[in-house]
Amino acid sequence: MRGAAPWGLAVPAVAGMAFLVLPLVGLAVRAPWTTLPARLTEPRVLEALRLSLITATTATVVCLALGVPLAWLLARARFRGRGLVRALVTVPLVLPPVVGGVALLLVFGRNGLIGRWFSGAFTLPFTTAGVVMAEAFVAMPFLVISVEGTLRAADPRYEEAAATLGASRWTVFRRVTLPLVAPGVVAGAVLCWARALGEFGATITFAGNLPGTTQTMPLAVYLALETDPEAAIVLSLVLLAVCVAVLAVLRDRWIKA
Amino acid sequence: MLSARLVVERERFRLDIVIDAAAGEVVALLGPNGAGKTTALRALAGLVRLSHGEIVLDGEPIHERPAERRSIGMVFQDYLLFPHLSALDNVAFGPRCQGTPKARARVGAREWLERIGLKDHLHARPHELSGGQAQRVALARALAVRPRLLLLDEPLAALDAHTRLEIRAGLRRHLEEFDGAAVLVTHDPLDAMVLADRLVVVENGSIVQEGTPAEVARHPRTDYVARLVGLNLYRGTAAGHQVTIDGLTLSVAEELEGPVFVAFPPSAVALFRGRPDGTPRNLWAARIAGIERHGDQFRVGLDGPISVSADVTAAAVAELDLLPGQEVWVAVKATETHAYPA
Repeated sequence: MRGAAPWGLAVPAVAGMAFLVLPLVGLAVRAPWTTLPARLTEPRVLEALRLSLITATTATVVCLALGVPLAWLLARARFRGRGLVRALVTVPLVLPPVVGGVALLLVFGRNGLIGRWFSGAFTLPFTTAGVVMAEAFVAMPFLVISVEGTLRAADPRYEEAAATLGASRWTVFRRVTLPLVAPGVVAGAVLCWARALGEFGATITFAGNLPGTTQTMPLAVYLALETDPEAAIVLSLVLLAVCVAVLAVLRDRWIKA
Repeated sequence: MLSARLVVERERFRLDIVIDAAAGEVVALLGPNGAGKTTALRALAGLVRLSHGEIVLDGEPIHERPAERRSIGMVFQDYLLFPHLSALDNVAFGPRCQGTPKARARVGAREWLERIGLKDHLHARPHELSGGQAQRVALARALAVRPRLLLLDEPLAALDAHTRLEIRAGLRRHLEEFDGAAVLVTHDPLDAMVLADRLVVVENGSIVQEGTPAEVARHPRTDYVARLVGLNLYRGTAAGHQVTIDGLTLSVAEELEGPVFVAFPPSAVALFRGRPDGTPRNLWAARIAGIERHGDQFRVGLDGPISVSADVTAAAVAELDLLPGQEVWVAVKATETHAYPA
């Protein structure tokens, strides 16, 4: 029989699957389904959800604006130290987010390297803008890596063809390169958004936990777990639903691969 | 119109050729793979930087300009139609880059597509077009920018034999109507003969022969060209009607002195099992190196004082019982040879 797995592989494979799936099942089993509608419309939940959606979306826009050009530079431009730049850009990917938060504080905090110059005008830590910054810091590498990979896979000769037709480099990027890598940009943006939505460590370190201003869904979940476990479950379910929706969007790209 | 010296130096490769093309002239760069033809074309387009040399188009040096400011049109081997744009928008792309407003560029593109017989495929995406249709759209896209220099890289190589015939005829018509200079790269001698006014044969980065298709076909000067046009070619020394090639002396129709080429077609070679009577003058013994089908005939490769290809009918192969390794007599009529100064 083709495709039959030996026991040595099948048993750990099933165990691994159960390990990944059971906690999610537990979440669904323990969910207070009867009171769910009421709980979902609690101001506290709605506020955290609204803040999460706004900050994650803004962070994604920031990541797109900065990350797509950065990915282009890494994929297309030739310059010394490109390998080093790529390595540095991907550091937040493996860095514990809480360390990222500390690092952001040291630079953009009231007495930070850069933050002190602006301390009279505005402050970033413990503001909604700070949440966006923390999320963008953690999520941008996902976008950069996804877009860079797509750019590398795209045939650069289309860009040459566009140049022979008289397109300036900016026009080539706008009308040829970007449409060609659009699927990669979309996938990267979705991934980036999901990562920003779930961001916890850097956010709580850099932006704190002020309801309505910096308390996003993950922070609310963590806080609720100590005072109102059922609320934590509800909030978790909402995040889970959002993640499943994201997976559904990326279904064609990943699950079928 | 176009006057260029192209020098491109790479590790282990050096391209150094001079290309000129008058207005309305089609010049074909012909040569084996790796000869540097495509590099030359890309250098003209501005996609490859010149190491030395210059490109002058309409009296203006353009080699310092980037590709987008050279007034060229290029048809790529695999067309490179933008996959996210319709045929119409592909053709309108160039004019729009030149600043033509969108609506006007589209009207112009529609006219081009109608002219090449694709008015029913205006909104088709490239993947919905056949190879022949895509080729025509690529040509229209390149011509729509009204280039002074049209560059075609193996424009027919990606087509199947049948489509190729049809598209070749269409391409020839468009090239005749085109008033700028055109440079075509191909490794197919037929494409070169049909489409070009002048052939430039490139081997190993240098020009080995230049001339009209008829001249080149009649007077090949390298083995590559001789093979392309299907001739046996030798270099020898002439004394009157006799040419000595590697110790073998051939009688030829022309009277010449000194270094010469001798060429004759494989069909001019006759094979015999025994030494033929009547002693034709060009006769020698040879061994069959190989036999392969060539159209409806068989091409026999012969080793001997000189290597020769002979075309014989299937009947002759059977009748003479020709097999590799066999000794045969080879005869070539003097009247079918062609000698010319080397």
